[in-house]
Amino acid sequence: MRQLFIVALLGVATALPAQDDLLSLLGEEEEDLVVLTDASFKTTRVINSHSLENVAHGVLDFKIGHRFGFLNEGFNEFFGLDQATIRLGLDYGVTPELMVGIGRSSYQKTVDGFVKYKLLRQCDQGCNMPITLAGVAAMSMNTQEEEDLPWYDPTVENYFSHRLAYSFQLIAGRKFSESFTLQLMPGLVHKNLVPDSTYAHDILNMGVAGRIKLTKRVAINAEYFYVPPDMLEEGYYNSFSIGFDIETGGHVFQLHATNSTGMFERAYITETVGQWSEGDIHFGFNISRVFTLHDPKAKARERIREQEQGEG
Amino acid sequence: MNIKHPKHALAATLLLTGTFVAQAQERYFTRTGYIAFFSETPMENIEAHNYKVTSVWDASTGAVEFAALIKAFEFEKALMQEHFNENYMESNTFPKATFKGTFSGVTADQLKKPGTYTVEVKGDLTMHGVTKPVATTGTIVVDQEGKVKAESTFVVSPEDHDIEIPGMVRDKIAKEIQVQVRIDYQLM
Repeated sequence: MRQLFIVALLGVATALPAQDDLLSLLGEEEEDLVVLTDASFKTTRVINSHSLENVAHGVLDFKIGHRFGFLNEGFNEFFGLDQATIRLGLDYGVTPELMVGIGRSSYQKTVDGFVKYKLLRQCDQGCNMPITLAGVAAMSMNTQEEEDLPWYDPTVENYFSHRLAYSFQLIAGRKFSESFTLQLMPGLVHKNLVPDSTYAHDILNMGVAGRIKLTKRVAINAEYFYVPPDMLEEGYYNSFSIGFDIETGGHVFQLHATNSTGMFERAYITETVGQWSEGDIHFGFNISRVFTLHDPKAKARERIREQEQGEG
Repeated sequence: MNIKHPKHALAATLLLTGTFVAQAQERYFTRTGYIAFFSETPMENIEAHNYKVTSVWDASTGAVEFAALIKAFEFEKALMQEHFNENYMESNTFPKATFKGTFSGVTADQLKKPGTYTVEVKGDLTMHGVTKPVATTGTIVVDQEGKVKAESTFVVSPEDHDIEIPGMVRDKIAKEIQVQVRIDYQLM
């Protein structure tokens, strides 16, 4: 009986945890709260390529991409600064997972559009998803005058479809730590027109990109795209870019060096004319400025406010 | 106590269990508490809301604790929320803000009947890895249905918690941030 008493006492004693840890009484249930990993990259582009990130739901991102000429053009061209290739773009977050965008590039007067959807999302807590997986489908259209087309030949009839190219890409990546993110991007570029039948219309490619965060507001990004040599048209090389992301509140500035001139998939994956080893390096920058057009949580907040006022 | 008879042991067990139950009835908790903060400057007003605050309050001793997950604060602008977590609160390193302290000025018995009570709130606020004392007043309301609600406001300064604000945005973030707490307690 004495043992029973001791057991009972112990039972009570353990049921009364120390007063200085009241919250432990609630157990671990709050860990059920799902916390998605954010800020894998500072913006939705690594440099030229898409990153793991989407713009948030209801947010419009105005992007200015700018590449100067090649560094090795010498003093007369002021090391490339006399020339410029630009892309102006607008991206919008339709839902937390879906982002759409359009852009206009000076490179071959191209208009491009894309749809990007997050199929899986990495989370820090509350689920066991270790990676983020996104799909990007993009299309580009050359809008040059017929005579200006790079493939222009007065003896051959030009079809509108010749101006179109497509790109499909999967982006699988993980934010391994606060400072390190890595992603792989297997993809396919489809060109409606290639120089002759020895060239492939479907160009497979594999991209890899990563970032290392140096401080809270500065990171180093790099990306590389590999295309099997027999799929690349002559005179074109693989794209490699490296640069800094600098975040200043509402803007992200990306300063970088790249051998690619164009800033949409067909151009930088399959039409990079520069070679790093020859000094064909563009200095370039991207500026991203976001505007919140729609606040998806505004209604919920308003409801709570009304409730409070009703009670008060 | 000398326990020789089974009846005594049983009585002792019941007695002890009884005190445990009585004590447990004076504990209140929530998992859906609300904390909001407001930063007001001539340049920009910023507010954030968290509806998933946990708290346990032992009315018999006055001891109270709160915990708020930093990532659960919702902002009007997604980018603000990202920067709040990444650049200011560093929520991957310091995921929670906690408060450990006391409510004094109301007894467990008073909470069993409707009324409004002013309490003194004192304790330590730990945020961004830095603990600072906080003292304020709060209001406890017990309504006709016996529901216990607690409300309080206080001020925190980012500087006190080693939250670094770069020069470029210094005019947009208030030196003193108003914090509002609102809890609907449930008996544990």
